[in-house]
Amino acid sequence: MAIRFIIMVNKQGQTRLAQHYEWLTLEQRRALEGEIVRKCLARNDQQCSFVEHRNYKIVYRRYASLFFMVGVDDDENELAILEFIHLLVETMDKHFGNVCELDIMFHLEKAHLMLEEMVMNGCIVETSKANILSPIQLMDKAH
Amino acid sequence: MNPFSSSTRLRDMIRSIRACKTAAEERGVVRKECADIRASINENDPHDRHRNLAKLMFIHMLGYPTHFGQMECLKLIASPGFPEKRIGYLGLMLLLDERQEVLMLVTNSLKQDLNHTNQYVVGLALCALGNICSAEMARDLAPEVERLIQFRDPNIRKKAALCSTRIVRKVPDLAENFINAASSLLKEKHHGVLITGVQLCYELCTINDEALEFFRKKCTEGLIKTLRDITNSAYQPEYDVAGITDPFLHIRLLKVLRVLGHGDANASDLMTDILAQVATKTESNKNAGNAILYECAETIMAIEDTSSLRVLAINILGRFLSNRDNNIRYVALNMLMKAIAFDDQAVQRHRVTILECVKDPDASIRKRALELVSLLVNENNVKQLTKELIDYLEISDEDFKEDLSAKICSIVEKFSPEKIWYIDQMLKVLSEAGKFVKDDVWHALIVVISNASELHGYTVRALYKAVLTYSEQETLVRVAIWCIGEYGDLLVNNVGMLGIEDPITVTECDAVDVVEDAITRHNSDMTTKAMALVALLKLSSRFPSISERIKDVILKQKGSLLLEMQQRAIEFNSIVERHKNIRSSLVERMPVLDEATFNVRRAGSLPASVSTMAKPSVSIPNGVSAPLVDLLDLGSDDILAAPSSSSGADFLQDLLSVDLGSSSAQSGATPAPKAGTDLLLDILSIGTPSPAQNSTSAIDLLSTADMNNNSSTALDALSSSAPPHIATTASAGGMFDLLDGLSPSPSKEATNGPAYPPIVAYESSSLKIEFTFSKPSGNPQTTNVEATFINLSPDTFTDFVFQAAVPKFLQLHLDPASSNTLPASGGKVTQNLRVTNSQHGKKSLVMRMRIGYKVNGKDVLEEGQINNFPRGL
Repeated sequence: MAIRFIIMVNKQGQTRLAQHYEWLTLEQRRALEGEIVRKCLARNDQQCSFVEHRNYKIVYRRYASLFFMVGVDDDENELAILEFIHLLVETMDKHFGNVCELDIMFHLEKAHLMLEEMVMNGCIVETSKANILSPIQLMDKAH
Repeated sequence: MNPFSSSTRLRDMIRSIRACKTAAEERGVVRKECADIRASINENDPHDRHRNLAKLMFIHMLGYPTHFGQMECLKLIASPGFPEKRIGYLGLMLLLDERQEVLMLVTNSLKQDLNHTNQYVVGLALCALGNICSAEMARDLAPEVERLIQFRDPNIRKKAALCSTRIVRKVPDLAENFINAASSLLKEKHHGVLITGVQLCYELCTINDEALEFFRKKCTEGLIKTLRDITNSAYQPEYDVAGITDPFLHIRLLKVLRVLGHGDANASDLMTDILAQVATKTESNKNAGNAILYECAETIMAIEDTSSLRVLAINILGRFLSNRDNNIRYVALNMLMKAIAFDDQAVQRHRVTILECVKDPDASIRKRALELVSLLVNENNVKQLTKELIDYLEISDEDFKEDLSAKICSIVEKFSPEKIWYIDQMLKVLSEAGKFVKDDVWHALIVVISNASELHGYTVRALYKAVLTYSEQETLVRVAIWCIGEYGDLLVNNVGMLGIEDPITVTECDAVDVVEDAITRHNSDMTTKAMALVALLKLSSRFPSISERIKDVILKQKGSLLLEMQQRAIEFNSIVERHKNIRSSLVERMPVLDEATFNVRRAGSLPASVSTMAKPSVSIPNGVSAPLVDLLDLGSDDILAAPSSSSGADFLQDLLSVDLGSSSAQSGATPAPKAGTDLLLDILSIGTPSPAQNSTSAIDLLSTADMNNNSSTALDALSSSAPPHIATTASAGGMFDLLDGLSPSPSKEATNGPAYPPIVAYESSSLKIEFTFSKPSGNPQTTNVEATFINLSPDTFTDFVFQAAVPKFLQLHLDPASSNTLPASGGKVTQNLRVTNSQHGKKSLVMRMRIGYKVNGKDVLEEGQINNFPRGL
């Protein structure tokens, strides 16, 4: 659907989080991630955040050493996706407290859980940070 | 055991992977871990399962195969504890996909979980279903999901709603079940449910027309009201982004309104107020506001026209365009492309800004701007725009040059007001970016040049000047060589000077220098060298004074590494040396290539490369450019296919059926009709002196030029009939024998059939030809013709050669003549022909013939067309 994948990559090009909403084989996935990462990392700050790749668009944003890249269909509102990336980062920030790359790496399941609360099947489900984080906080408290 | 406390082993594994310095090390670590995990799976230990799965997920993310973990997911899902289920579902979503059969096994677990008492478990199941369910699963579980849309907990409702979008997409038939549920969702207050409800709505409208109608009638107003509430609502800290409450919901609502309003005037009317409000009131200093404005503008442009609203939209666009933020500008360019469809004027106003964007340092913006510019071009602004674009072409980056030059060429072609301007612009483009220009573009240029006969002189002079400066642009060199070859005399004699030109003096040597340079330069490719060789031949005829020098250059190519070049060099050399009499007619000016048909060919069903074949085949008459055709053909492999394509062949047929001329060995190549090759077959295979030389040279000619399907079957016949002759290389001598004389052979006597009267096929002051006809029994389509040649002059004719060509629906077979000397005053020679008419009864015979002979040491050539065959042959 609208969002095809969400990928988080560090400056060296290593994938830290990857969620695909349409199915690709392993080789396709690696090839895709490689190409996109190369394209986005090569751009400087002055250039706009949208890259056209094949038949869809990549919206990306850099936060410290992490690149957040979202692949969307051609007809999607790019500025809205930029907002969404920001929302995602803020949510993770709220949960982990000053989130950094290592947090995501070592708590991969939680990051995935959060992402799942926010996006399902390529569509945005929930935009309120409280609502997103409540089940996760509940689970943390229970243990 | 807390599965979520970062299990030390997971952490350790991550640490060790991070510590790897090389990819090989990392692979080793991962392999070891996978082995451990597999061992653990085999032990079937429930405690470590979740940890293993977590590790597997990490490994999967790195890109290694992890399918052995799939069954683990299933076991985890089936276990009663929530944390295990949690990680099981997560693993399910990451490691599996809808195509795996393993998924079917999960269906039962999913069903139970959907009915679970714990709502979080239900949530989990819905999530998983929503992400990867396949069509069968969707069908099975749809009723559960429907029920859950009305669940008491809003979190479940929202998840159920999104799940239904996937179900509806996978199984569109189920859409009706969800329509009512969806419309009730739209009345919710909870934003999450609202967003997903709207999404479901959108999905249903796109898939199902009934749903669209339903929603249009019942829900439009409700949606508009919701949008209004949101826009006017007070500060909600939960959903606030940069001062705007839940921009995502705004955008979703606008999207769905777009679908509802598109094509429906009523609904559009209802929306105008709110859209106007959103367009004017939203703050645009933050990204969120801009996102909403963008969506709003898109919606305005998609719904039915209200001009005031459209003005608003264009204003928003204008503001975006002048914004310094690259993102905003990009988005604006995007929207402008859609706006052009209905309001060209408004977009033209922004032309200057758009042109600026073409030069922007950002690659994405440049691309968008270029596309937009090509949409903006019309007759009034084409000159201005092209000038700007070409100026930019000089300073742009390499990777952008290709796109830019292609765009410029297409603009110039479509909108050029006059030919001279077109040629100028193309020259500039070729000089700057010649190596990026595609073949069909410069072929089209040549077509135009040949049509603009008054501009020939100007063109060739301009090209000459350009080539001196920009000789590394391959396509420019090619076009220049072609023109110099064709119009060399115009160049040297400064013919056809236009008022704007400065006079330049170009000597014949200079012109030949240019061509020689092209042919000898090491980085010219085969097409260029081939074209140069042909140009040299043409120049040797047009500049007879330096014919020697040209001959030397041609001779040097005898040693070229390309077989075709070698061969042509030898042939051309022989033409220059020994056949001066026919040389000038061989390399006459090419007739004007028909632009209209060329364009039709090009735009039609033929792919571009194929159509380029049509162009050279156009210039066939008199077999003049047959060598040129061959050489051009060799340049690209695709062209090989051309003659088999229907329209190219038709065109060929049109030309060939009218005007064929000598089917001598030279033009025995590509365009030769079957008749020609049959003729050759006869000449070669029947008792000729030095048959080896003749046939090999001809076979080589034919085999390298086996482009035409027509000739290919004849080729097979040829090659099979003379197998021992095939292998060796062509000898220069062979060709002369073919041209200079025919071998004497016994001739057959034709029997006259009483039904068909003999005709006088041709009569001139020195020669008379009579045909007598007979039909062999059994085949009404075949006719035997005995041709009698009578010498009416008082001199003896020697080296008498009769050649004939027929249209495609006829097949001609010539037997050798009785002799090739006609004694004076009434001397006779007879020759038998066999003609097969595939259109027997519908079309009558027609034939073109050419006779060559020597009288008193001089060569004489006579040609004619025989139209007076009796009907019914």
